[in-house]
Amino acid sequence: MGEKKATREAYGEALAEFGAVYDKLVVLDADLAGATKTATFKKAFPDRHFDCGIAEGNMVSVAAGLSTTGLIPFASSFAMFLAGRAFEQIRNSIGYPHLNVKLGATHGGITVGEDGATHQCLEDFSVMRTIPGMTVICPADATEARAAVKAAIEYVGPVYLRFGRAATPVLFDRDKYKFELGKGVVMADGSDVTIVANGFMVAIALEARELLKNDGIDAAVINIHTIKPLDVELIRGYAAKTGAIVTAEEHNVIGGLGSAVCEAVCGKTPVPVLRVGVQDEFGRSGKVAPLLEYYGLTAANIAENCKAAIALKK
Amino acid sequence: MNGMKKKAAARLAANVRMDILTEVYSANSGHPGGSLSIADVLAYLYKYVLRVDPNHPDDPDRDRFVLSKGHTAPALYAILAECGFFSKAELKGFRNINSFLQGHPDMKHTPGCDMTSGSLGLGLSAAAGMALGAKHQGKDFRVYAVCGDGELDEGQIWEAAMFSAHYKLDNLCVFVDWNGLQIDGRIVDVMNSTPIDEKFKAFGWNVQVIDGHDFDQIDDAVNNALETKGKPSVIIMKTVKGKGVSFMENQVSWHGAAPNEEQYNQGMSELREALDKVLDSTLDR
Repeated sequence: MGEKKATREAYGEALAEFGAVYDKLVVLDADLAGATKTATFKKAFPDRHFDCGIAEGNMVSVAAGLSTTGLIPFASSFAMFLAGRAFEQIRNSIGYPHLNVKLGATHGGITVGEDGATHQCLEDFSVMRTIPGMTVICPADATEARAAVKAAIEYVGPVYLRFGRAATPVLFDRDKYKFELGKGVVMADGSDVTIVANGFMVAIALEARELLKNDGIDAAVINIHTIKPLDVELIRGYAAKTGAIVTAEEHNVIGGLGSAVCEAVCGKTPVPVLRVGVQDEFGRSGKVAPLLEYYGLTAANIAENCKAAIALKK
Repeated sequence: MNGMKKKAAARLAANVRMDILTEVYSANSGHPGGSLSIADVLAYLYKYVLRVDPNHPDDPDRDRFVLSKGHTAPALYAILAECGFFSKAELKGFRNINSFLQGHPDMKHTPGCDMTSGSLGLGLSAAAGMALGAKHQGKDFRVYAVCGDGELDEGQIWEAAMFSAHYKLDNLCVFVDWNGLQIDGRIVDVMNSTPIDEKFKAFGWNVQVIDGHDFDQIDDAVNNALETKGKPSVIIMKTVKGKGVSFMENQVSWHGAAPNEEQYNQGMSELREALDKVLDSTLDR
């Protein structure tokens, strides 16, 4: 599987594909259709795509109103301008009344690259998962992104989906892959330590597993595409089984996947949890590879953290 | 508008005002000033305009009403109770822990409430979304919304204004409750949103300025909006904050304060007197 593809590409294609099946599906964008890839949907269904201009707050509340008329709106922009700029609209217009709106947030994380800190959203998992009733998803590859879009359409209620700008390896076979909201995916079993990752970091976690093998360490890798509701059972099971966890996410280590995993294990299956992610900093401009290196979002750093986590075991 | 219709609207508005006072007094909390100022327009809309049915509050083809200035929920709850969406006895539970009448409108739990609101500026966008949803699906329902004049400070109002004109939402009719006061004082002193009419005109809306306590003017303006094609309509209503309760009228201190027992009794007696005047009037003869 040498193919690489950005999850935002898969998002746009999935909207167009499922738009043909679900006639209530409409798409809103805030002057970024070319970048969020909703333009792919617009090309297929021009009369079901509404550009809202550079006004994300209005777009989100408009989507809320649209959903009350029976439509299934996907509102899209960069993660920064949805979860960030329009947080309060998401909370009050969509979350509180639990409306059937889907938020397609692209350009999440530092792999936005050259645009730098103002556009690199590292807080969206955190703020979105604090909204009661909000489902929060970050797919690991293009196949999972497509499946997540379908699942979001079929689920009734608010969903936040985070997609990435940069191409990432395709991990799953489209014809075989089964996506289940709220269920983690065991990418590889293991007995010494568990790496819990999401999004862009899943492929890197699998590389870390290979590095650890060379040192005789058997690491499990779990892909948590749905951060909320979290697959607590799976995570606690692996906490008990392997006795140590390392999380990996393209997000601030405060409030995101790492925090969610800590919350899951602390009460019932307390084990050491080390969190790989952006260490409470803003992003910066750069190409993807040097950015990942700069912030330690690498297979080598995950592997180091795994060894440290194992050393912390009682 | 004929006398009989006018009398019925005035009677309903008088009852709504008494309900508002009772709600805020019972809760010892809430926003009477801006609730009283929109009692007339709500009475008119629910009596003569909105195609809604209290027995089918979720009818997908019903007209929609969005109270964008959600803090004046007492007015919305009063008109919904008067129209039979729920029992008037519920009004005394306003803002109470076990009540479905939240401090600000909650569409999930209050029958007849079409949109959750309270955070200013969000409701107009939601109303625009509803209007777009109707047009997109070829449905003929219309959407009405009420915004506050202070609410116009919110940038999102103008995003929604631009959006509604861009998508030619002529099934959207917005009322601005221009009572001239916001929490910190007169709007011209706190943040001057005037000229309101020129702003909406510049955004491409059909604009009318009326006396918001005159049923003939409300009636004419709504009919004008109904006939206007290709653009959304805004009806800027000059109103009196606290209308109908002498000591609350034009007093910013009554924006978000509850009356004590003596004030409540005085207010109720003034409102009852006004209702008696309506009932004794010869409008319908």
